[in-house]
Amino acid sequence: MNDSMNLLIGLAMGLNLLALGSSRLPTLISAVSMQGMALGVMPLVMEEHPDWRVVLIAVATVAGKGLVIPTLLRRAMRAAHIDREVEPFIGFVSSLLLGAGGTVAAVALARLLPLLPEHSGSLLVPGSLASVLTGFVLLIGRTKAISQVCGYLILENGIYLFGLLLLHSTPLLVEAGILLDVTVGVFIIGIIVDRIQRAFDSLDTRKLTALRE
Amino acid sequence: MKELLLIIVPLVGAAAAALWPDNRTRPWLLPVVGGIHVVLAFWLLIAPPEVAPGAWVAFDPLARAVLPAVSLLFLVCAVYGVSYLQVRSERSNRVFVPALLALLGLLSAGHQARHLGLLWIATEGVTLAAVPLLHFNGTPRAFEATWKYLLVGGTGIALSLLGSFCLGYASLHGGGQGDLTFTALTAQGAKLSRPWLLTAWVLLLVGYGTKMGLAPMHTWKPDAYGEAPGIVGAVLAGGVTTVAFTAILRVFGVVSAAGEGFIADRTLLAIGLFSMLVAALMLLGTRDFKRMLAYSSVEHMGILCIGAALGGAGLWAALFHVWANGLTKGALFMSAGNIRRAAGGRTMDEVAGMSVLTPRSVAIFVTGMFAVTALPPFGPFFSELRVLRAAFETGHGGAAAMFLACLLLAFFGLTRLVFAIVDGRPRTASRAGGQKIPETMGVILPPLALLGLSLWLGLATPTVLHDAWTAVVTQFSSAK
Repeated sequence: MNDSMNLLIGLAMGLNLLALGSSRLPTLISAVSMQGMALGVMPLVMEEHPDWRVVLIAVATVAGKGLVIPTLLRRAMRAAHIDREVEPFIGFVSSLLLGAGGTVAAVALARLLPLLPEHSGSLLVPGSLASVLTGFVLLIGRTKAISQVCGYLILENGIYLFGLLLLHSTPLLVEAGILLDVTVGVFIIGIIVDRIQRAFDSLDTRKLTALRE
Repeated sequence: MKELLLIIVPLVGAAAAALWPDNRTRPWLLPVVGGIHVVLAFWLLIAPPEVAPGAWVAFDPLARAVLPAVSLLFLVCAVYGVSYLQVRSERSNRVFVPALLALLGLLSAGHQARHLGLLWIATEGVTLAAVPLLHFNGTPRAFEATWKYLLVGGTGIALSLLGSFCLGYASLHGGGQGDLTFTALTAQGAKLSRPWLLTAWVLLLVGYGTKMGLAPMHTWKPDAYGEAPGIVGAVLAGGVTTVAFTAILRVFGVVSAAGEGFIADRTLLAIGLFSMLVAALMLLGTRDFKRMLAYSSVEHMGILCIGAALGGAGLWAALFHVWANGLTKGALFMSAGNIRRAAGGRTMDEVAGMSVLTPRSVAIFVTGMFAVTALPPFGPFFSELRVLRAAFETGHGGAAAMFLACLLLAFFGLTRLVFAIVDGRPRTASRAGGQKIPETMGVILPPLALLGLSLWLGLATPTVLHDAWTAVVTQFSSAK
């Protein structure tokens, strides 16, 4: 059980690097989408006898993170007629190096934090920290609104990975509320992206510089 | 039951407002709901209900100490909102009014949440409900401010969720059964896993600190306050920041109960002083009088953190300051909104001589500015004096000196900017605008009422508030 779980987490960490290195928006969105699906399957792999709540979480995650949000992002990309280059602040090679360094640091950092016996040997904590760091690099290092949203999604995926540690103990209400909020949040971000497009005729957040001291 | 009504009534009001067909009469729902909310909140303040230990939502001492202030501020903003939305009748308020009412409901839920997950959901809801309020004006600058707010605020809220998970794992690792109410976490005390607890504290402080606008996570604040309508600024500065502050206080209680109070005190004190310093320096440089209010808010959030870090009398003073700052800042936001509409500009390069064009708003603005920079006998003077006294009593002389220095710098910064726009001869561009937008009672009386409340709070702080604040201090010191 732990091995197949670690394989999935390893896949998610690999997708982090793909997201950091990709120069085209569709690839970035696909990486995010695949990561979302991998995350969605995890609760089923983790639990030996999944009950209906776990199945519900898995289905909702695959549908939300894997299908609905990437579709919305692709639609936003088409509707806005933006060209498909990513345009980084931080270059792709430096992003990849940052991501790889961050992954190593995450593994090292995770060793300092004590785990319960049933979670020992799991890559959940390093995987979570590495995804959070990847998300930050994308948030800071990319100029287009859609790539920033992708960065935010990877950041959230990292947090979701961590939440899996608590799957047994946190009541469903909390889980459901979190999923709902995440979806709504990205929805609204999507609307805003649309509006920024109309206001500025581009999705380049570098042009958002009227407000400064 | 009444504590649930505090949440349900505004949410029902929001639904009603969303379905209400008429753009002209819809804003009246704001004061109606606000009025019911104030009655309920003050009823609960005077007759506090029993709190079941395992309850997820309850009007506990902390909610009792601050939620009525938010409720009162909202009501005054709602009354102002009716006149404001009449002036801005060219824009549809079909989204604005429901979002503002939903914000009130979620704020009530956040203040009363005694469960880690519920608290996070409410704060996330507050963040999202504020989005349509921020881009009400629909200008490119408003979109830019909203985008920055979402990106910075969204990251902050994500980090606070990660922090909540870490705290949950700290409890699980310490033998907890997955009960994430603050009562259970506090009861677990020293059994919480120390590395996870400290990780959680840092993440939650950064996450909720972003919402509160502590430096260096304050970057969304000047943009958002600068571009949003005055009442939105007032509700954000007096309500949203307060819910983040109570969240930090609740986590602070858990960390203290676990025996790590010293570290928590130190980090709060450091981040509080840093926020005050950054705000004071930015106040000396800014030329925009609406952004000025944002930096002033950052400064006062710093004061709240310093008070909480000092514990005991300092915490008491911080709760006092929540009331004093929220109400006074509300008056400033509304009068600044009046001046901004008449002037047609917002920086000292574009605006001058407003005392001729909008004499009443200017009188309130200048008085409010002095009140917020701690001129006696207004509320902030007394609360800040108590923070200072607590600092000296607990032997934090250096912190007290820095506190005073920052207050002085902020005073220079505020007076410089305020008198630049108030004095002198009106610019020709503003002159036409001033005649177009008269100062009606509807936009003058609400800020005046808030100034009156601030004065009353300073001169005769009601005993019931004394009791409410003391109850929180007792709760915190007994948990240690």
